[in-house]
Amino acid sequence: MNENRDSNPTVAPIVWRGPEFLREVEARSGARVSACLQCHKCSTGCPVAREADLYPSQMMRMILLGQAEELLASSGIWLCASCEACTTRCPMAIDIAGVMDALRILAVERKAQLGDAHGHHFNRAFLASVRRHGRVFEMGMMTAYKLRTRDLFSDVDKAPKLLLKGKLPLVPKRSRSARKVREIFRRADADQEGKP
Amino acid sequence: MRYAFYPGCSMEATARDFGASTRAVLAALDVQIEEIPDWSCCGSTPAHRTNTALAVALPAFNLCKARDMGAPVMTACAACYSRLRAANHKLRSAATERERVGRILGASYDGSVPVHHLLDVLANHVGVEAIRRSVARPLAGLRVACYYGCLLSRPPEVVAFDDAEHPECMDQIVAALGASPVDWPYKTECCGAGLSITNPDVVCRLSHRILTMARQAGADCVTVACPLCQLNLDMRQADAVKRYGPLPATPVPFVTQLIGLALGLPPKELALGALMVPAGKLFSGVRA
Repeated sequence: MNENRDSNPTVAPIVWRGPEFLREVEARSGARVSACLQCHKCSTGCPVAREADLYPSQMMRMILLGQAEELLASSGIWLCASCEACTTRCPMAIDIAGVMDALRILAVERKAQLGDAHGHHFNRAFLASVRRHGRVFEMGMMTAYKLRTRDLFSDVDKAPKLLLKGKLPLVPKRSRSARKVREIFRRADADQEGKP
Repeated sequence: MRYAFYPGCSMEATARDFGASTRAVLAALDVQIEEIPDWSCCGSTPAHRTNTALAVALPAFNLCKARDMGAPVMTACAACYSRLRAANHKLRSAATERERVGRILGASYDGSVPVHHLLDVLANHVGVEAIRRSVARPLAGLRVACYYGCLLSRPPEVVAFDDAEHPECMDQIVAALGASPVDWPYKTECCGAGLSITNPDVVCRLSHRILTMARQAGADCVTVACPLCQLNLDMRQADAVKRYGPLPATPVPFVTQLIGLALGLPPKELALGALMVPAGKLFSGVRA
């Protein structure tokens, strides 16, 4: 046996874990992932491909192979900037950016060990602010984000600069629709959890 | 021309200069805007990355309000524009989506309220020629890289009012102001957008690439029509330079600030002083 050959992931035997994950992602995103022909156009144009642990085209392949666990723990799904270059350029018209949304949602829902939790904490802090005020209150949102990530000191130089330029209000500008917005959040959450 | 105006959260905070200059320029060009009463956040990127129902319901809630105003919607924020258009697109293409959002909002909405971006209104409704005729102080000699970013042009079936890979409307507007738009290849490259807070290193690298390319193309400044692009290229410029190599300080004015100056509006009304990389030097010839 050639040991080198067996330890080389590029020639490792393909393991297919059934169609369930593919069908779930397709249903969630409305994108036809199974049409992927591995042209790698998405990966070529991806602005964060350099930093990500997986290329988008690799992710498409892993979905087809049902490799849910590895994929949902990837940091790449959180590094995606939702720039939509992949969706725009896919020759098979797969909404790849929409697939990324579905993967992030599934990762949180299935309580996967997140490859990079910053994006998740940011989303939570941002949406909590909208839920509360009907609009984003940056100062409150940033404080909540920093507490969630326990990363208190990054970007501390930015707040005074923004304050000086009048770009960081100290009190929230509440929307008078805030109560209605809270109701929309409640119903949308229930919808996602499959409750009536 | 009358529009239901959706400002979006950043126009009153991190992009207050975009908000101020947008209002000033529209008034000068006789475009009437009426703010959507009690508007709320569109959900931005965090909503569509967290809950697909929420991502459609929040924009739909605001579009329902606009429907009652009987005027098409206009927004200046590229992210709000993208989210409002994406919601309309989903609601128009799927009955299940209309049912779901109807349930969540307690009101029916079919995705039919037209949504325009400010650039669309300026280039195609007001018209480049009308803007040219209104110019009082041409920005002669100013070389400008027009940076569109992601959400104004992608994906084309959702947002398209210009070419997805090679948009030109901002270049045409800038040329009408008497300035010279540079021909450059990074018009729609991503600046890192919403990763600004979570992965600033990535944003610095991407912003540095864009600024470097703009300088290589001979631009004196980069102009934008998106609050997040502006924040990344302007506020993070010092960090980007520290991390990825020296570059001449490159101002990143909003396109509305350039238009306002060319129309002869006072710089204060355009909140030019709110830019992090000062732009004053660019216009020394203009004010004289």
